[in-house]
Amino acid sequence: MEITVRSLWTMIHGMGFGALYLLASSGALVELYHSTFSPPLSQSAPGHTRGQNRFLEVYLVAMAVLAWAAVLTGAYVIYPWYRAAPPPGLADLSMFPQHLLMSNPSAIGWHSQGMEWKEHVAWFAPISITMVAFVFRRYGRDLRNHGQLRSAVLGFAFASLFAAGAAGFFGAMINKYAPIQGGHTIRLSQGAEK
Amino acid sequence: MKMPDRAASPHTPALANGSGGAAVLAAGIGSFALAILALAADKSAAIKSALVFYKPTGALSGVTTSAILLWLLIWAILEMRWRKKTVALGRINILAFTLLGLSFLLTFPPITDLF
Repeated sequence: MEITVRSLWTMIHGMGFGALYLLASSGALVELYHSTFSPPLSQSAPGHTRGQNRFLEVYLVAMAVLAWAAVLTGAYVIYPWYRAAPPPGLADLSMFPQHLLMSNPSAIGWHSQGMEWKEHVAWFAPISITMVAFVFRRYGRDLRNHGQLRSAVLGFAFASLFAAGAAGFFGAMINKYAPIQGGHTIRLSQGAEK
Repeated sequence: MKMPDRAASPHTPALANGSGGAAVLAAGIGSFALAILALAADKSAAIKSALVFYKPTGALSGVTTSAILLWLLIWAILEMRWRKKTVALGRINILAFTLLGLSFLLTFPPITDLF
């Protein structure tokens, strides 16, 4: 069982940071809604709510770290491999995903529509969730008393989920049609013939 | 966008909404700046070339780095000005969500190609 360094980085970017962020997003939306629409402090145990607040603060900060890790590895580790230009006249474009997609009329849209949107829309996720994490850290359950601010936080949290979902979808599809390949090979295990 | 403080009530917020408003508006402006820079780089070879901060990543490096720096700068300025104030968050939300919506649209290739 082997994997190349480039494939490993693509997995870390997509399945590690990106997919984990998407999984966390739905939980964050539910918890933000629950936390900011629940009864006033006077009707709930302060120790309990402080613990919940602290948990959600850490959860949102972790999401912001995941989102930034996803876009930074995407832009500065994976994307240069994706957009690398092949030497003139090269027939086998399998190591040059962007050019491989552009050479095939039935796949060119995955680059011209998919990657062109993904490479920009993905950045709205970390910007939005960083704002959400900051506002929740600043206001905590006092957000219950700021209806408009609460709406903005939930709206931007949803926008970050949408942005990450769009980027993740196109990333997965592009990697299906033109996978990032190459680099050193890492042997994960020695298989035995059955 | 300043508003007078509201009278105290059982549901009076402990903190003024200015800090939150600054974060929300800055996020909208930062997203929109990214979309505008991406569009400009797509339409102008000179701008595209100027935004190549890191050659292997191309203009994407300059588009995102510039937008993030602008976002953080605007956020810091608004935070300093609004931190202890009560602001008209309804109008700020409308502006921020309009900018965010336009950002999604302006980065979407079928719409980008209309320009």
